[in-house]
Amino acid sequence: MKTKSFEETLALLKKGAESKPGSPQRIRVGLDSGGIAAGAESLIDVLRSACDEAGLNIPVERTGSYGYAFIDPLVEVCADNKPATLYGQVDEQLAARIVKDHLQENRLLEDHIVASRSRATSCYGPPEAILVLDTSQEDGDKTRFFQSSIVDELRSRGWEGKVQVVRALDMGLYDKGMVMQLLPSRVTYTHVLSRDIARIVEDSIGNGKVVKDLLCEEPDRQVRIVLRNCGLIDPESIEDAIRAGAYEGLVRAVTDGNPDDVIATMKTSGLRGRGGAGFPTGLKWELTRKPQADVKYVICNADEGDPGAFMDRSILEGDPHAVLEGLIIAGYAVGANKGYFYIRAEYPLAVKRIELALTEAREKGLLGKNILGSGWDFDAEIRLGAGAFVCGEETALIASIEGKRGSPEPRPPYPSVEGLWKKPTCINNVETLAAVPWILAKGGEAYARYGTEKSNGTKVFAVTGKVRNPQLVEVPMGTTVQDIIFEICGGAQDEIPIKGVQTGGPSGGIIPERLLDTPVTYENLLELGSIMGSGGMLVMNESDCMVDVSAFYLQFCVDESCGKCAPCRIGGYQMLQLLTKIGKGRGRTEDLTQIHRICKSMQTASLCGLGQTAPNPVLSTLKYFEEEYKGYIEGGPAYSRKRKKGLEEGKNLKALA
Amino acid sequence: MNATSSPELKEIEPEVRKGIDECVDRWKDKEGNLIMILHEIQNQHGYVPREASLLLAEKTGVPMARIYEVITFYHYFRLVPQGKHNVTVCNGTACYLKGAGRLLNAFERKLKIKDGETSNDRLFHLETVRCIGCCGMSPALVIDKNTLGKMVPENIEKIVDDILKTEQTNEN
Repeated sequence: MKTKSFEETLALLKKGAESKPGSPQRIRVGLDSGGIAAGAESLIDVLRSACDEAGLNIPVERTGSYGYAFIDPLVEVCADNKPATLYGQVDEQLAARIVKDHLQENRLLEDHIVASRSRATSCYGPPEAILVLDTSQEDGDKTRFFQSSIVDELRSRGWEGKVQVVRALDMGLYDKGMVMQLLPSRVTYTHVLSRDIARIVEDSIGNGKVVKDLLCEEPDRQVRIVLRNCGLIDPESIEDAIRAGAYEGLVRAVTDGNPDDVIATMKTSGLRGRGGAGFPTGLKWELTRKPQADVKYVICNADEGDPGAFMDRSILEGDPHAVLEGLIIAGYAVGANKGYFYIRAEYPLAVKRIELALTEAREKGLLGKNILGSGWDFDAEIRLGAGAFVCGEETALIASIEGKRGSPEPRPPYPSVEGLWKKPTCINNVETLAAVPWILAKGGEAYARYGTEKSNGTKVFAVTGKVRNPQLVEVPMGTTVQDIIFEICGGAQDEIPIKGVQTGGPSGGIIPERLLDTPVTYENLLELGSIMGSGGMLVMNESDCMVDVSAFYLQFCVDESCGKCAPCRIGGYQMLQLLTKIGKGRGRTEDLTQIHRICKSMQTASLCGLGQTAPNPVLSTLKYFEEEYKGYIEGGPAYSRKRKKGLEEGKNLKALA
Repeated sequence: MNATSSPELKEIEPEVRKGIDECVDRWKDKEGNLIMILHEIQNQHGYVPREASLLLAEKTGVPMARIYEVITFYHYFRLVPQGKHNVTVCNGTACYLKGAGRLLNAFERKLKIKDGETSNDRLFHLETVRCIGCCGMSPALVIDKNTLGKMVPENIEKIVDDILKTEQTNEN
């Protein structure tokens, strides 16, 4: 049997999706766990009944998270072929007003619009609205003042009915003074002063020209490859996903070459494991492809156990088909016929959406026998994790899928030789797999263009903690921590100076404030004593005590140690005792030497990654914040009590503010 | 009620037996099914009753010791029933930094139980977890499957009182 060409197969797949065309007019509500927690579910009903009441036939759909966790719940309105408008922090009242004001009366709502990050540098079309926001974190009502100044200026020219001036919620620009964005063109001006208003109105509104000296020419710092569809498609509809380009990579893989070509493409892309260790994905696939075996497996590691990280959850909830497609391609490349999703039981929505994706893919013939006419069979199923951090480790994860307690095994043999049920097994992280379809569809070179020489492509970070706008961020590798925290996420929360940024969770370390201009790559972070990890970025400020923080992380590793090997089981516990003692002001200088010794033995003698990396948070805080440890040791119990009280009061003050 | 003592062994009720039968049948042909079966049992009962484990051992031939090895290894499985209302305070790093400890203290004071315990009347169960993945709205907590974000200790009093009020109305 001759397999069909790439074009034919793709056309066939797309045709199936067209039977349910997407509507150009629609409302979308971000229904991921974060959005739901913020009350997004009730918005759907409110929006639907408001549309019905108004006699509007506009579908209200669900979508995943766009990543803007700080302004959940999000509602996106698409009407009359205009660029979509995104509203943040929507409540039921506002939802009803969206239908009434925005859809019926064509008027944008105040204080809730999230401006687009893809900014234009030339005007097109007649301006219809101006978004305005004061981005300097100053008190007062400068935004309102500016709004009325612009309205006055427009009125003096008789244009007030033509252009609406709206206060925005977020511009994606921070500490750039007064920011204005013209709609629909998205031409954006920063550092606008009162005296500039007249010429902006004259040039941009009147003559369609750009005011060059105020123009924001900064391109969007984010590059959305893994998150390409998150927040833009309905995660519970395979048709929607296919229309957005899903399964194109798979079609390319199975029709346009053989598994070796797929592996070659992955090698060209330079993609490295996004679960944290950074092992080259193409090489991993090749190593699993090589051994001769009757059965092979591929596994998607979706046991996101790193506290403070939610990238994988958002991807699974926002674009499950991307991860599934990645897994199918991995299966094809290594020669497996069976795949597993190992998902945390604590993520019920992700489980539900992957389950649905599997069913839909089976119906479309993307899973099962003879996939896309290639003669190759593949199916996948879900196995639930049960709350054990150590199961993120490959061999422990395999044990867990086998139904056993998750104890790691010594490597070699590596899973690529002897994995699940002693068969060659390839395990990839969610984010890695989600990048695969894009790479297959666009080519390895396209992916390798992003990032640095040794760390290619993009990485998703979950930025949380004491940061102004906690959110998901996808940036090319090599972007500095500084840019991620300040340019994208708006800098420190409540303007309390940042002390450091923790990456890599309990296995990572803290990057002190003075080193924040380090470009993020696997190598750089390792050099600083941290790791890339799965991509959690926790911002800590002056009110956080580093001794407490390192004890917190260590406590986590002690709780999660499987107990199999002594260095991890005993070392972690003993070190925690020492840290607690120091925190109470009862430590001695010798304790620090002892801590270093324990760290060394844990790093060298532990069986798996958990024990080997557990000392990282302690070592990196000792390296950069030793004075805090010494403060406790020299100050004694009285100092400890006073300091703890001081930190607590600092927190209380903020809670009241 | 101490959280660690397990309830008395009961006679297996017919519906429990039926539930386990069905679940074992569904999974029996799949390798490595133990954890998935335990998940289903816990979904049905809210915990894994000892009698269910005994029955499972009998039906699958997996020794009781191995079943308990798995149950006790994973945090997710519990051997004792939870309360009627379950309060889960997230203690992931983001929530920890933003004061999850103070939320927990507020609950402990209000409910007069410690982390991991169930109240005497079995109305409340309090526990902490490592990250529910809602770091964007930290500090977060989950009460009866509803996630609440950006909490401050001052909220706790009212949250608990509201539940108590509903309970009283239901009783009357």
